[in-house]
Amino acid sequence: MMHDQETVLLQGHIIDSLILAKVLDTILMMGGMFDLEDVQIGKTREEPSRARIIVRASSAKLLGEILHAIQPHGASIESERDCRLSPAPADGIFPDEFYATTHLPTQVRVGDQWVEVERIEMDLGIRVDSVGLTARTIPMGEVTSGDLIVTGREGVRVIPLQRPRDRDVFSFMESQVSPERPHGQIIGDIAKRLVQLRTGFREGKTDSKVLLAGGPAIVHAGGREALTWLIDEEFIHVLFCGNALPAHDMEVDLYGTSLGYRHAAGRVVPHGHEHHLRTINRIRGIGSIEAAVKSGVVKTGIMAACVRRGVRVVMAGTIRDDGPLPGVITDSVEAQAAMREAIPGIGLAMLVASTLHAVATGNLLPASVPSVCVDVNPSVPTKLADRGSFQAVGLVMDAASFLRELARELGAGL
Amino acid sequence: MFKKVSFLTRPTLARQDAPLPWQGRSERKVEGALFVVRRDFEWHEDEAGGLFHHPARVGAMRRLLVCPPDYFAIEYEINPWMRRSNAVDSTQAVRQWLQLMQVLEQDVGVVLERMKPVPGLPDLVFTANAGIVVGGKAVPSRFRYPERQREEAYFEDWFRGQGYEVVALDSGSYFEGAGDLLGFSDTWFGGYRQRSDIRVFPTLSGWFHREIIPLELVDNRFYHLDTCLCPLSGGELLYFPPAFDHYAQEALAERIDPVRRLVVPEAEALRFACNAVCVGKHVVLPAGCPETESLLTLHGYNPHPVLLDEFMKSGGSAKCLTLALD
Repeated sequence: MMHDQETVLLQGHIIDSLILAKVLDTILMMGGMFDLEDVQIGKTREEPSRARIIVRASSAKLLGEILHAIQPHGASIESERDCRLSPAPADGIFPDEFYATTHLPTQVRVGDQWVEVERIEMDLGIRVDSVGLTARTIPMGEVTSGDLIVTGREGVRVIPLQRPRDRDVFSFMESQVSPERPHGQIIGDIAKRLVQLRTGFREGKTDSKVLLAGGPAIVHAGGREALTWLIDEEFIHVLFCGNALPAHDMEVDLYGTSLGYRHAAGRVVPHGHEHHLRTINRIRGIGSIEAAVKSGVVKTGIMAACVRRGVRVVMAGTIRDDGPLPGVITDSVEAQAAMREAIPGIGLAMLVASTLHAVATGNLLPASVPSVCVDVNPSVPTKLADRGSFQAVGLVMDAASFLRELARELGAGL
Repeated sequence: MFKKVSFLTRPTLARQDAPLPWQGRSERKVEGALFVVRRDFEWHEDEAGGLFHHPARVGAMRRLLVCPPDYFAIEYEINPWMRRSNAVDSTQAVRQWLQLMQVLEQDVGVVLERMKPVPGLPDLVFTANAGIVVGGKAVPSRFRYPERQREEAYFEDWFRGQGYEVVALDSGSYFEGAGDLLGFSDTWFGGYRQRSDIRVFPTLSGWFHREIIPLELVDNRFYHLDTCLCPLSGGELLYFPPAFDHYAQEALAERIDPVRRLVVPEAEALRFACNAVCVGKHVVLPAGCPETESLLTLHGYNPHPVLLDEFMKSGGSAKCLTLALD
């Protein structure tokens, strides 16, 4: 991605002298990109022309070299001001007029240079370290009295996403979600991405982790085996869920039911509704899910695969939870922070069958991370796809069918 | 009024010129956008004076500023021609300069304004770099090298003393006067990259209401525009294309049709054949450029070669030694 950019102005008789052409050619030849923001062409021979050019480059160094090369031809950097900074008046309170972030790549001007805002996420503030010349998003609750927070819009720029290079489902700017949309092609494209990302993950490349945020419907609807297979095959590296997904997953292992239904036969088992409570109680007795798996109490399923594969699991609780299981974070601010910590390095997010976790995860993701939202209720993918990202794909589909089809596409014999 | 152009959505931009009779049309493609520019290629008799050595009106006398070479010497090296070891023969230099003056006054018929030479300013003799004079206004130079910056005050005083309105450029950018700004009556050319800064041209264009086409100089032996380009009074251009980058060469080729482009051979370009003074049909140029002389004769000009090799030791010749005045 070409994140480093600078706006330059070029004026004078730049058209007939080919100075504009020379400057644009120079930018391209050096490996940069440009957008002509506006061109005012002199109406008469004497009247000068004027062009405003956004120069983009893949690194600050290359941008510097390009600017150095085009400045002798008259390209002058548009004078821009530093962003305004105000100290936070108290712990947990932003200064008035704080700048609220979007999920798009953002830069702030500090000490006459553009600084990339780290850990971009929507609806946060930006804290600037004016000594170290760094900027980072910060949630309202984490601000400390005196922190320097960006206020107003001056000296802040949001960079539109570049269209991704891969010619797949993520590269089309479609936020339309429709139950009529054919799924096969989309799932095929997701599978290709998963294969690429797994290769990258194994080679230790950045941004190659896959996140799955899921609800218990995965287990109820019969997607447990497929998801277990995907985890075992190292296609998934981070799992966000609540209390229910692990509870019902382990209920299947211990009692053969999920929420009391016989998992294989699909019939209600007498007193089956107690099974998930007994499962939770058992795990609480053991102390942790990890210990339950390692001691051989829980042998199969999603959580067992996560423990075997070292998948990072963040379990965020809600007010209707039973138990909850050990490891479920019951403070929602803490849970949000734990999820946020797991976001850097994610290259693809799959949000499956959970309105709550899908929306929470969507809010945490930068727009640059491709995401797939799968739900039988069209309102969930629609909500997620409306985030203004190129790379959000919505599928109106049953969770189990999605996961099974995806696993089969990747070679699972399910 | 201007058109806002987005390259993604509006691939074509057509420029509407005033309804002038035009004899040429250039089409230019810039990264998918097509600029169609209509251009008037008619050349006019010079009415504004200033940058041009030919008289403003038929019968009018052209005035040139010159400075006797009393203190001319190589005291520093600021271009590839200058070698302090290559000493100037002062007697010869004075003789050559007087010969040039004689040709200008007697053969060409110009009026010479002589400036008082100043000890310690050896290059004051190159008055082309004093600045530019157009329509009663004088813009003094802002020299790139400190060695010549000391001349600025003397030229500025001279302009004031003559009653010109002195308009000063910002001190932040360089401009070396008529050495880097030449042209026809409606189109001027600005040399940049070696000495002058391209940023001065939009300013000058605004002050004098002229189109100024910036041309990049890429060979440091041709460090001023007047060392490699000379507009002639009939609309022809005497020039040495390799001194320019290919964009500048193309801009000149598009602007001036091939029969009017007189290309000087390299050997003569290196003798500064282009550093010529054109007044009407007279062209005063350094001696030793026979092919250039033939070219000029072929186009109806009257060449006057003058031996100026003492001044070439400093990287200057006929044109550098004069400044066109109003």
